[in-house]
Amino acid sequence: MDDYTPAAPVVEKEKVRSGSIGRKDLARASASDGILYDIRGLEVFFPVRETFFKAMVSTEKRWVRAVDSVSLTIFAGEILALVGESGCGKTTTGRTILGLEKQTGGQIIYKGLEVGRFTPGAIRDYRRHCQIIFQDPYNAINPKHTIFDIVSEPLVVNHLVSNERDKEERVIRALEEAGLRPARDYLYRYPHELSGGQRQRVCIAGAIVLEPDMIVADEPVASLDVSIRNDILKLMVAHKKELGVTYLFITHDLSLAWVISDRIAVMYLGKIVEIGETEEVVSNPKHPYTKALISVIPVPDPTAKRERTILSGETPNPAAIPSGCRFHPRCPERIDICSEQSPVDVQIRGTHYAACLRLNGQSSS
Amino acid sequence: MSTVESGTAAAATASEKGQRIEHEGILDVRDLKAYFKLRDGDVKAVDGVSFLLEHGKSLGLAGESGCGKTTAALAILKLLPENGRIVSGEVLFDGKNLAKRTEYGMSKIRWKDISIIFQGAMNALNPVQPVGKQIAEPIILHEGLSENKAMVRARELFDLVGINPKRVTEFPHEMSGGMRQRAMIAMALACNPKLIIGDEPTTALDVMVQAQILELIERLRHELNLSFILISHDLSVMAETCDTGVIMYAGKVVEAGTTTQIFNSAAHPYTKQLIRAFPNIHERREMVSSIAGDPPNLLNPPPGCRFFPRCSEGEPACTETEQEMVELDPGHFARCWKVA
Repeated sequence: MDDYTPAAPVVEKEKVRSGSIGRKDLARASASDGILYDIRGLEVFFPVRETFFKAMVSTEKRWVRAVDSVSLTIFAGEILALVGESGCGKTTTGRTILGLEKQTGGQIIYKGLEVGRFTPGAIRDYRRHCQIIFQDPYNAINPKHTIFDIVSEPLVVNHLVSNERDKEERVIRALEEAGLRPARDYLYRYPHELSGGQRQRVCIAGAIVLEPDMIVADEPVASLDVSIRNDILKLMVAHKKELGVTYLFITHDLSLAWVISDRIAVMYLGKIVEIGETEEVVSNPKHPYTKALISVIPVPDPTAKRERTILSGETPNPAAIPSGCRFHPRCPERIDICSEQSPVDVQIRGTHYAACLRLNGQSSS
Repeated sequence: MSTVESGTAAAATASEKGQRIEHEGILDVRDLKAYFKLRDGDVKAVDGVSFLLEHGKSLGLAGESGCGKTTAALAILKLLPENGRIVSGEVLFDGKNLAKRTEYGMSKIRWKDISIIFQGAMNALNPVQPVGKQIAEPIILHEGLSENKAMVRARELFDLVGINPKRVTEFPHEMSGGMRQRAMIAMALACNPKLIIGDEPTTALDVMVQAQILELIERLRHELNLSFILISHDLSVMAETCDTGVIMYAGKVVEAGTTTQIFNSAAHPYTKQLIRAFPNIHERREMVSSIAGDPPNLLNPPPGCRFFPRCSEGEPACTETEQEMVELDPGHFARCWKVA
């Protein structure tokens, strides 16, 4: 989007290097002004597979616009929550940042270097700096490997350890940081001997053993029990504070995002509709979608009587995006222009931005 | 299917004609015990559970995974897997003791009087059969309707749960998760049951779809005067949808009462800690707390209070005697001697 207003100070254009970027450049790079990632107009489109006949007849190719010009700044050492319903593109955004999905447009700038220009060697190094934790700890780890094998594998493939003792020390440290204490008891166990929460801790240990700058946590607690869920959330906060790890916390549950994140970005159908400091977004939501999401969160208090805005239907098909504001068919506050104009980000207060046409008249700053 | 008693179809008919048992409410579960047989012994998954569901009310059965809430529901319908069995206790429904019924006798009750919405609608539907046909099946079976008439009823049910009736011919993979869950609800309603058990009906769904489904259940409950048992690990969902609640821990009920009693004056240390594990977005922001430790192994549950090893308020005396339910207020019970 050309008319995008950046939600935070952006690295000036000239700071972004042109030409290919090698391993040495990556090793020298640092997060200037505390900005770890600066994502500009990121687009990830997937082609729609048509039947042979349709493909012959139709003139234009159809695309699923999973991520549609998303601009986002991720500061070093923060927990940024990316919240939205399933199919809104939050997972695709996370995967694209890690290079697991190919972007079709836009730029991902990591420590002032554009990821798209990395040489193959630099990409390998880059992957060491950003890791992922998957949703389902039951399928994410190899059942035939011991915990030691699983956690030490990233060290081995990246040639980061010179001898066995060093390897064991680092694995033990990672397991302890992931809350598996005493770590020696776990080293030679197999995943089936562990509970779901312990497996998720193994996944986390496998991610932090490389001492990454950022971890994309893709619904890390969705398949865990409440009590274990809270332990994992606490662990993420502890890593942020003690190890300085940046987390991109992808979740559909805004209440969990509210508990641990520093900032929240709400995504709808491939676009970020609202972003800001967590407390600010939750106490003063401006986009109707955010308001609705907050209103339907169940709370453990049967006496709390409140207005709930239940949106009808589900996220529309991202291959057939509604005109104007993409949220207008489900929006309880829509006005006539919503089906014609695309909203732009409006600054609410400080770093709080929302993209809704109804806000345009109210704020001219 | 293992049962307490196994008998022939004739025996079942005899017991059906037998004495009607007087009991309160629509479902009265008394001291139900359901064990699973393993090589090492019996897993006491449900160990003396009692609760009462009034006509037209909703009851929430909550607890961490492995506390026996799903086993209790399966035991009510006698759908326990091969190695499971009801050891003792009574499940009184509509003047009959379901725990003593035969498989044939149960087949007359399942879906006709009590139906269940299974956990994970994604996997509970047959992927190679149109959804409408699957809904029509119990109607044909229980009400003896022709296939065409049953399909008409399936269309009406689709309309009732908010799916376009034209979609009855679709297969499960053509529907979204929320819609499949709606189809499951339509299926549960197929034979106008009196009681519906929802086993984690919204667990795999998004917050917004969850709100839609819970609103739908709430609406249908009032329109059709249904009684409802919600099984959920999510206390917030229970707080919002149920009239009464039962908190289970390690196969036993630790606290029971109205949802207001449970949430506003929780008495059992487990209930208190569990409530604190859920964030309340309308209150002050704070880190959610977790309960240290794991639930006990139900092969050999610890003596005395089963929550003692994880309890922050425990005393050595807790391990000495089996805890009894203590009545705190009318209708509000907790299994902890310290609250008496």
